[in-house]
Amino acid sequence: MGVAIAIVRMKDLFAVIMLSGIYGLLSASFFVAMDAVDVAFTEASVGAGISTLLMLVAISMTGRSEHPVRHKPVLALVVVIVTGGLLIYGTLDMPYFGSAQAPVHQHVAPRYINDSMQEVGVPNIVTSVLASYRAFDTFGEVIVIFTAGMGILALLSVLRRPRKTAGDIARDTAEIDSLNDSMHEQHLILRIVSKMLLPFIMLFALYVQFHGDFGPGGGFQAGVIFAAAIILYTMLFGMSTARRVINQSFIQFLAATGVLLYGSVGLVSLLNGKNFLDYSALSADPIAGQHLGILLIELGVGITVASVMIIIFFNFAGRRENSQGNNKT
Amino acid sequence: MLMGLYNDWVVVVLMMVGFYIVIAHGNLIKKIVGLSIFQTSVFIFYISMAKVEGGTAPILAEGISQYSNPLPHVLILTAIVVGIATTALALALAVRIKEAYGSIEEEEIQKQDNLDC
Repeated sequence: MGVAIAIVRMKDLFAVIMLSGIYGLLSASFFVAMDAVDVAFTEASVGAGISTLLMLVAISMTGRSEHPVRHKPVLALVVVIVTGGLLIYGTLDMPYFGSAQAPVHQHVAPRYINDSMQEVGVPNIVTSVLASYRAFDTFGEVIVIFTAGMGILALLSVLRRPRKTAGDIARDTAEIDSLNDSMHEQHLILRIVSKMLLPFIMLFALYVQFHGDFGPGGGFQAGVIFAAAIILYTMLFGMSTARRVINQSFIQFLAATGVLLYGSVGLVSLLNGKNFLDYSALSADPIAGQHLGILLIELGVGITVASVMIIIFFNFAGRRENSQGNNKT
Repeated sequence: MLMGLYNDWVVVVLMMVGFYIVIAHGNLIKKIVGLSIFQTSVFIFYISMAKVEGGTAPILAEGISQYSNPLPHVLILTAIVVGIATTALALALAVRIKEAYGSIEEEEIQKQDNLDC
């Protein structure tokens, strides 16, 4: 909470963003204390990792200091205090913290906790609710993520670049090589350590992806961790090197593939005469069908999330490179 | 007796801090940070609702009968990832505004718009 108040006071946006990263990490540890391990996992990789990074890239393009507020913010303060007071008054009717009799715990939650083992056969209840009971919701969420990725592509991508001639490409390659040589001396330790870490980060992402049925984890977390590995690589070795390793149109293709994989699992069950995303259509044994369905869907989620995160980062970084190039000439 | 509600009050304070940043500051990036604080306060609200006294993480295991409510966890888990995607979209808009107006301060953008009319 103290961190949040410090964010209000700071004028230097760099410090604000660093503080918001700390805030993300703190809320992740709060989620662990509240037994929400899956959520904490996501918040730690998203709130403290990727969002901090994206904001840093954004301020590198928009400038780092904030202008002082000229008018007195009295009106805003009054509005905030009145709203806050009303909300506090509203909380007086809320059930007490940790109470097992609270209305949230009365309706569908007992069924998830008591019957999900027989119906879905996956120990992690969060996964079985996410990918089986409420799979349709999750499909919607994945589509929102995909759409946001497309929106960023539309806003930031630099398509109107003049087509490159062979000479340009040769010059680019030479430039990359000379850049690499100079960078090698600058960040030698960082680069070697991160090179050693990268396979393990990716392996961990895959573990999180496929172990989501049994422990905390799943497609969302795995996608973010996998994207973080690629982004780490990009930051240390430069955009142009990363572009040579990862083809951008391939990543865009992957983002769509994830959504399509998810949707087609639903279509397969429709074609077999069951409801959309009813996994019992996938196999004769309902539990095996559930396992297969959850595996495929989590895979679709993971692919889409990872590739959308990479698309977002590449477009921000590519935009930045372009605007710097224009400034030079 | 009212101490049982302190988690809700923390949420309200955090939410109001975020709200204040959004309405009182002119810098678009700062507004986005404010929005994400507001968003996190909602996450904390949901997660603290899911907590059950004496319960444990919702992963089925032998010998445990009391679990936290898994449903809010699912909702917030996906909301966080959707949140980062939409935040990135907002940042992209801010970058484009900077390119078009040369500034991300609300007042300066308004001034330029008024000049155009």
